[in-house]
Formats: sequence, C-alpha cells, structure tokens
Amino acid sequence: MGKAELPLHAPGTKVDRGYIGQSVPRPNAKRLLQGRGTYVDDLKLPRLAHVVFYRSPHAHAKIKRLEFSAALKLTGVIGVFSGKDVAEYCTPWVGVLAHLKGIKSPPQHAVAIDRACWQGEAVAAVVAETRARAEDALALIEVEWEELPAVIDMEDSLAGKKIIHNEFSDNICFRREHDTGGVDEAFAAADVVVEETFDFGRHTGVCLEMRSILADYNAAEHSLTVYHSTQAPHMMQDIFSRHLGIPEASVRVIARDVGGSFGIKVHVYPDEMATAALSVMLRRPVKFVADRLESFATDIHAREHKAKVRLACTKAGEILAFDLDDLTGIGPYSVYPRTSGIEGNQVVNLTGGPYKHQKYRAKLNVVFTNKNVTCQYRAVGHPIAVALTEGIVDKAAAKIGMDPAEFRRKNLIPDDAYPYTFPSGVKFEKLSHHKCLDLLLEKMQYEQIRLEQIQLRKKGIYRGIGLAAMIEVTNPSPAFYGVGGARISAQDGATLRLEPTGMVTVMCSVTEQGQGTEGIFAQIAASAVGVSLEKIKVITGDTGVTPYGGGTWASRGAGIGGEAVLLSGRALRANILEIASKILNVDKDTLDIESNTVVSKLTQEKKLLLEELGRVAYFRPDTLPMDFQAELTVTRHYTPRQYGFTFTNGIQASLVEVDTDTGFVKLLKHWCVEDSGTVINPMLVDEQLRGGVVQGIGAALFEECLYSPEGQLLNGNMADYLVPMSGEMPDIICAHVETPTMQSQLGAKGVGEAGTAGAPGAVMNAINDALAPLNARVTAMPFTPERILKALGRV
Amino acid sequence: MKAPAFAYAKPSSLAAAFDLLANPDAKALAGGQSLIPSLNMRLSSPELLVDITGLPGLAEIKVLDDVVRIGALVTHARLEQSPEIKKHVPLLAQAVPHVAHAAIRNRGTIGGSLALADPAAEYPACAVALDAVFIIKNKTAERRVKAEQFFKGLFETDLKPGELLIAVEFPIAAKSDRAVFLELTRRHGDYAIIGLAMHNERFVFLGAGDRPKLFLFQKDLQKAKEGLKAGLNPPADLYNSSATKRHLAGVLLERAWNTNTTSR
Amino acid sequence: MEHEYDITLTVNGTAVSRRVPARQHLVDFLRDELELTGSHAGCEHGVCGACTLRVNGEIVRGCLMLAVQANGCRVDTIEGLSDSKELAALQKAFYERNALQCGFCTPGMLLAAQDLILKSNRPTREEIRNHISGNYCRCTGYEAIVDSIEEVVNGKS
Repeated sequence: MGKAELPLHAPGTKVDRGYIGQSVPRPNAKRLLQGRGTYVDDLKLPRLAHVVFYRSPHAHAKIKRLEFSAALKLTGVIGVFSGKDVAEYCTPWVGVLAHLKGIKSPPQHAVAIDRACWQGEAVAAVVAETRARAEDALALIEVEWEELPAVIDMEDSLAGKKIIHNEFSDNICFRREHDTGGVDEAFAAADVVVEETFDFGRHTGVCLEMRSILADYNAAEHSLTVYHSTQAPHMMQDIFSRHLGIPEASVRVIARDVGGSFGIKVHVYPDEMATAALSVMLRRPVKFVADRLESFATDIHAREHKAKVRLACTKAGEILAFDLDDLTGIGPYSVYPRTSGIEGNQVVNLTGGPYKHQKYRAKLNVVFTNKNVTCQYRAVGHPIAVALTEGIVDKAAAKIGMDPAEFRRKNLIPDDAYPYTFPSGVKFEKLSHHKCLDLLLEKMQYEQIRLEQIQLRKKGIYRGIGLAAMIEVTNPSPAFYGVGGARISAQDGATLRLEPTGMVTVMCSVTEQGQGTEGIFAQIAASAVGVSLEKIKVITGDTGVTPYGGGTWASRGAGIGGEAVLLSGRALRANILEIASKILNVDKDTLDIESNTVVSKLTQEKKLLLEELGRVAYFRPDTLPMDFQAELTVTRHYTPRQYGFTFTNGIQASLVEVDTDTGFVKLLKHWCVEDSGTVINPMLVDEQLRGGVVQGIGAALFEECLYSPEGQLLNGNMADYLVPMSGEMPDIICAHVETPTMQSQLGAKGVGEAGTAGAPGAVMNAINDALAPLNARVTAMPFTPERILKALGRV
Repeated sequence: MKAPAFAYAKPSSLAAAFDLLANPDAKALAGGQSLIPSLNMRLSSPELLVDITGLPGLAEIKVLDDVVRIGALVTHARLEQSPEIKKHVPLLAQAVPHVAHAAIRNRGTIGGSLALADPAAEYPACAVALDAVFIIKNKTAERRVKAEQFFKGLFETDLKPGELLIAVEFPIAAKSDRAVFLELTRRHGDYAIIGLAMHNERFVFLGAGDRPKLFLFQKDLQKAKEGLKAGLNPPADLYNSSATKRHLAGVLLERAWNTNTTSR
Repeated sequence: MEHEYDITLTVNGTAVSRRVPARQHLVDFLRDELELTGSHAGCEHGVCGACTLRVNGEIVRGCLMLAVQANGCRVDTIEGLSDSKELAALQKAFYERNALQCGFCTPGMLLAAQDLILKSNRPTREEIRNHISGNYCRCTGYEAIVDSIEEVVNGKS
C-alpha cells in the first residue's frame, strides 16, 4: 500500500510517512542567507512615489486647521492630502463582528478627519519623489489643534466620566459575561480560596521588517497590484476591492518575503489603506514603509489587561471553581476586520483551561482608550489566561502546602477524558496534559533541581522553578471569524502541478513569514506524490496565482494549509498513476510512485520515470487513448469543521535565579513540552517553540509600551522598548507528545503560538517561587528589577 | 526616518576644521554613533557637519612619563584591544566592553563620547574617577581642563563654540591602585541603569545625575553607604525611580568595595 | 537644500563612483543607489543591527555611517561575502539548523558572527551570545544562531 492511501496518523504508517517527521532544512532559507530575499522595500517600480504621514502629537484632539501650502511648494513633493481628500478614494470601516454580541466601534478613516484619537494617528499624507523629501515636507505642514479630554487609563475609561466617542454613551467596546452557575456555592463550600490581581503590560510585535506596502494602480485597467508585507493576501484583496471600489479580480495582492509578522501584519492599517488610495488617486505606484518610530506608535499593540482571578479548592487540592474579572483597554477603535474584542474573549474562553473543575464564572470589559489600538498579536489572550491561571494555581498549591507539580497532576484533565467540554464552552478533541507533565518533569529532572534549590537557598542564592500548563487554540474553523460576518477565509487551498520534467509545483494560499510553511508544504507534497524533496517548488503569497485562502494566523498554516497540500498531493498522485496505467497499459492499482518513478506496487520494479510520463502527457498526448485526457494540475481545499478549534496542549517550565540585591532575574533554562499533533518537521517545530518562548519571556521581563498620563508613548524606539536580545536568553529544551487530530488526514495541529502562550506564566511562577522564602510576590508584568525590589521591600 | 538635509565637509587640518566650525550651525562629526541617530530621528538639524575623522594626529594612544594620552579619535575598539590601556589605565579597560556593541565600538570614539557628556555613558565617569585632563583647542590656543570641571550638566561641557576636544590624559596607574568598573544593564550593551567607576577612594556614579557624580569614600563602608544615601539623588528613568537607582548604586558601592580587583 | 558630494569607494571588490546627498546613510546608499538590497534598515537609530556591514574590514552599523563618510573605503556586504564564499561555513550551519526564520536580521547577524569568528579564538557560548547581543532577531529566540556559530567556531582549525 502506498503512502497516499492512509491517514498519516493511522496505525502502521510510520514507514510510509516519507518526509513527514524529518528535520529537513527549508529550501527558501538559502536566498535569505545570502541577502537575496525580496521584501517590499527592496522593490522599485517606474514612477514610484513615497508617502509619509503627519501624525497627531496629541492623544485626543480636534483638527481645527490644516495648512499645506508651504509643504506643497517644496521641490519633489507630488501632493499633500487631508483625511477628506483620501476619503474620496477609500470608504471607512467599522471593526465589529456579529458573534461578539454588542461589540461597537465608530467608523474609522484611512486618514483621520476632524479628530485624532491617539498620538500617532495619521491626519495628513505627503507624497513625494523620495522618502527624505516627503519627510522634509512634513516639517512644513501646519496644524492647529484643539486638545480634547483624553482617556488613558482603562479603569477611568470603564468608569466613563469622559466619553471618547460622542455617538456612544460609554467607553465600552465589548462586554461578555459567562457563568456555569454554582460558582458562589463552590466558593462558599471550599476549604481554600485564593485571589490575586494580575497586571499585564501593553506590548507590540516589533517585526524586524517594518510594515511595508507598495500599491501600483493601473488606471487603464482600473486594476491594483499591491506588494504587501502581509499574512493574509486574500483578505487584503477583498478589503482593497471593497473599500477602493475595484473589482475583486482586478486586485492582486503579492506577499513575497515577509520580515516577521506575529499577528502584526494581519490587520487593516489606516496608513496602508491610504497608500493604496493614493496610488489610485495619483495613478502611479506609491510606497509606504513605516519607520521604526511609526511602527511603535501605530503597529497594533496588544495585551494590557488587569485581571482579578479567584480559585476555590479543597484541602486535598481539588480545584472546584474559577472566578475571573478581566479588563482590557484597546485604544480608540476596534481594529478591522478581526475586532479588538477577540483577545479578551479568548481570556474568558481559556482561563482555567487545563483543569477539570466544573464551575466557572467570568466577566470581561473591553474599553476604549486614547492610546494606540490593540489587536491580535501572537498567542492572542493565551499569555494572559495561562499566566493568571497558573499564577493562581501556584498560589493555591502553596496555600495547601502541595508541590506545584503534584497539584497540577491532581487537577489536569485526565488524558482519557476526551472529547471534553470545558466549562467556558470550548471543546477539546484530545489532549495529553498528563503525558506532557510527566515528560516535562523527566526532561528537567524536577526532583533534582528542587533539591539543588534547597541547597542553594542556604547559601543565599534564590532560584525558582515555575510551571505553566496550557491549552492553545489552533486550526480555527469558520466559527472564529466567518460566522461573525468577517470575510476571512477559514479554508485554504493547494494546487499541485506535475511539470513536464517530473518536478512538482505547489501553490498554496497559506503564506510564509519565516515559520517554514513552504518547507513543510514541500515535505508533505513530496511525501504525498512520491517524489524527492528537491523536485518540489512551492509558491505562496500571490492572490493571482494560488487558490483562495485565509493565509497565516492562529497557528493554522500547517494544520489547514498542510492538509490541503496533502489532499492535493494524493489527488495528483492518483492522476499520475492513471496516466501511467495508460502508458504502461496495466491496471493502475498495480502501480505506485516511489522516488520520482512509477513502480510496480508488488515488486517495486521501476516502470516509468515521472519525467518520461510528463513528456508523454504534455508533448505526446497523441500516444494516449483517444478518450483520455491527462490532468496533471489538481487543486484541493480543506476546512476544519468538527470542532471550533483544534486545541493543543503543552507545559513549560522556567528555572531562574533572582538577585535579591538588584532585582535582576537570570534565566537559567527553559523547557517546553508540546503536543501539536503530527510533527511534520521537528526542527522547525522546535524553532517555532523557541522563538515563541523568547517572545513570551519578553512579555515577562522586558516589554511594555509606556504611556504618560497624557497619552504620550514614552518608549517608542528600539533603545527604550526592550526586546529580548541574545545575551540574556536561556537555552530552551523542547520535547513532544504527538496526539494527531483525527479531523484531518495529516493530523497536524498548530504550534506557532504555544511558546508565547506559556512562557510568561512559567517565568512569573519561577520568580515567585524564588521569592517565596522572602515572602515576596510579583504579579505585574513585566517583572522589572524595580518591581522585584519593591516586592522585596528593598525600595 | 531620514535625516534632514545638511552640508558636509571633511577638513584635513585642524586649522581648516576650526574655520568650518566657526559657523554656529556647524557640528563636529567624529564616530557619529550618537549624532547620526539623532539626525536620523530629526532631533538635530545642523547646517553643516564637519567630519573631523580626517584630522591628523588625533587617533593615537601615547604612553608618556606619568600619563597615557589618548587622542580624541581613538575608537572604543582600539581602546579595547590596546595593551597599553590594559596595563596603564585598567579602569578604562574594564569599562570599554560595556560600551554598546562591537559594531558601534568600531566607529565610536572616546572624544565623541566625552564631548557628548551623556551622564549615562561610561567614559565620563571613568575620566572623573581617574582625574583625567582634557586637552581642548580652538583656532589660536590650547587649554587643559580637569574632568570634574569639564562636565557641566546634562549633555553640557566646558567646550566653547569653536573648540574641539583633542585628547585626554589619564594618569598611569600605580601598582597599589584599585580600580573597579561595574554597571547594571537589563540587556548586554544597553545604557546602564546605574554604574560605578571606582579608583581608589574616588567613587564615580554614572546614570546618577546630570553628570558623573563623584564621592570620596575612605575605609568605612557603612559611612560610605550613608554618604551615598545622603548625597545621591539620581533622576528617575523610564523603568526606575530615583529610589531604585539610589538603592542600586548602594549595591554597586558595596560590590566594588568588596572586589579585590587591583590594577595589576 | 540638498547638498551632494562625489564619492568613490570599493563595494564588494568593485570600485563605484556616485554623487550622493550628505544626509544619505550608507545602507540607503547601498540599497537605493547600488541596489544591494541584502542589507536591511530595521530601525535607523543604530539599535537593531540588521544593517551591519563591513567597512575597511570592521563591522559597523550601516545606518550610523553616512555614505559620504565611506568615500575611499572598502565596503563588504552580504552579497559580496556570499559570492566570495567567505560566509559559506556560517551559511551552511545556519541553513542546517534553521537559525533564521524571516531572514530580515540574517545578513547583519552573519556579518556580526563572522566578525567574532575572525577575531576570537574559540569563544565560549556566553561570548557568542554577547557578541551578537547587538543584533536583534524576533523570530528564532537566538539559540539556533548561537548553536550555528558555535559549530563553525569549533570546526575552525
């Protein structure tokens, strides 16, 4: 039986997996290693113009007057435009979804008209022959402002004394309450109740390639080609089409190399929409590359939550109930088209997620503020939910005097309990918390480092061990966005074409931002068709070429795009065998494909090279039966539908040493055990985890967008916003449990966000474990030296 | 962001440089590792940049009788690799690796760093700790200024319009001298939250005020700590209050005190 | 007013002459004028390291050096050092260990890494981490990069 016939996760398929499960390097890394990638800013077109934006210096202010005359006189300036000018070419949008009941947001324009609602919002655009010249002109724009009361603090926003948008009666964008019932009773009956309020700083993605777009309008065709650093080309095609009034098929979005995205590049940005509109208006190509300072002020921010959580348990350590109250501030607009209600919604869905308690109550308030907008960034809501769950779990374990690993073992949902519906309503197909916990403790030699910890404490060295179990949303079904009315595809497609030389071209709607999606698609396609890896060429990121699909977000690329490639590969293989059977004049069931060759299934005898088959099918079809047409291009699609999400699970551990004199935290080691289903490429999966863990460590120790009480971003540059650098990062040990999803043939779940989801909680628990003998505890991320010193009572 | 437009000149003699610098809107460009970022962020808009890196004789490290004379254009990387600095100015040798990162140390100069007078930088504190002497020239004259008198305030020095810092003289360390350089940074190569350049009884804190803060402490650690508490009032930064920085300064003081590092 | 100056320099072994605005930094010059787009501008304030280049044999931040300052200099970029095969061992190690994801930091990272390899004798893992600590990578978490450099260092005779 050939490899194409069975699900890859079916019993006995190990030998038939081909490249699946192998750590092969990804081919596209080669061009990037030689500096021969193509990012948007590497492109030049004839008559290319550059746009820059005049941005509000105020958090909230009315635009009384805009004066462009001096700027317009500057040589090399092509035009200067207000919000009204741009609005003639681009309609406004509203970031709401029907399934987030009651969510509201005002219309948002590409360039603000009348009023700026955060420091950094664009209020005018300058187009010039060079970026430098456009910036020169910016300095000549005069704006008269009338400052309006600004709402900066989210608790002030919730209190609603000042209302940001006059059309609303409060500052609440979205509110959700969830209650299984019986929560008060559970707390009343509990032996132990613990409570804590956790604060999570605002961060941002800091993709090394800044947001970039080159829009090229062809007036003769009324068509638009957009070279865009984006995760979702088809979504952007739809949006450009609808907001600029260009037929969908006349809009082509091309995402070549993308220099990091992490969720930052899956949203609609006003300045990017304005760039496209200006290309239409000026009938020439226009490029916008955010500079680093603009990136900090305008790339979506994320997190900024204040969450109070309570946990009830018995003396014996059985968790009975969770009670959550989460507040998050999202800036003045809900971001289009995904909305800014999703992160808070995820916190409600996921809090307490690994555990088997049955009572759960949650309250969420998502409020507007006059700061930059927040939206979905890597691990959306998970770092919050995991940290507050695992933080309160550790506190409960400490209160009853139980080892935190033992406490988790007692409460994690049993591995044989699936399918399982969690009290928040989310459904788990199959998870492996206990297997993961056991593997983690073994890998990290938990008992031994606990003993070391005790020994070192006697010498005044404070080490801490922190655990964080987690669940993670991956492979989202249309229930995530589509049901709410968003034109965001939950399905993806793959086209495979056998070339005359026996090579296979793969075109997939999932995009590549460095995760290695093109690499794993090559592995899947080669395995499914029966060719060697170097025969595969993968193309992604072009709406003019690939099938329609969602792109890359929510840890969906491998699980959804990969399945489409697998299905398409199997179909192509069947078609190839059909042609081979005509050429060889044998029954196709007796044939198989192995190493680029059609072979006899029984004897493995080589029958026909694929290049020979290609030659016949394309150039000598006259030799084939009259009623037979060779089909060497096939397309297949895939949508996960049985579950809202294909949940994964995992557990992380952090070992830290706290310098109690300085408050500095040294990260000694980090472990991550993850169950992401079928592992297609262990090396790439581990690298996703490691990169994710380090982003999570950034949240725990370093990253926070600091605002003044007036709403000025105080650290919007690379020197002051601290991202993790190599010197402080630990080595990260990864291990896997493989529980394939049975929803797909491939069995892969997502892994892109797991590291980021779990690391902050693990590091927080490690710090608090280190501080425990000193009766100190920290709950506000990031854990700066000052916050730790304060907790220790040293300052 | 792109820098605003400016003119550029690279004189090959001091006399020519002084003529160019007579323009009040001219700025001297040495390694450019602080000036160019400020230009790129349009925080500074000089009419003319006078690139002084072509001036002869300013990039030498000379060991004289009792001082080491370091030309203003000597880069951090040269200092880092110099056996003379290691031998004769060990405090500076300890400080150099803390200056940013290799690629920046290859361009940035000691003169540029001192003339910028960033109170969070390493060299100003070392210069004060070592009682270094700054050699300053203008078109007609040369004068010598002690480090303590050179630093006047936040990014403010004794340099007058039309003057250039030419060299710095550090005393050659004696065998019995003790030198310790310590700083606390959250990430390797960042500007320090607080730092300490210690030379014998001279304790100079960086990141602790508008200029290097000098304390003279002898023998008694407890008294020194009290003196620090009373005399140090560091400005808060984005992540640290004044109280935190004062506490951390005390930690560094104690650590330096207990470090048995000597100059040899 | 735009002030422009004539410069002549050697880029990847080839002499080039251009007239450049004084305000243009070296990375923009390489990217815009010479169309050597392998060097990336990630912050333009000298922090991220994506623009790391080699000038007269020493690594520099390309955004913190003006093109006019490079007059008479020898400049090496990722393109030239790839073609000369000088970086081949590092590139192979990075490739095999997937020590890059989006690739935007990679040219700068490779130049910083090669600098360490040329100048240091068997650096420790900590020294490797410190040497590349001025080069920001958001994707990898650095471990694979450190592993790759360590591998090349250990393979060095």
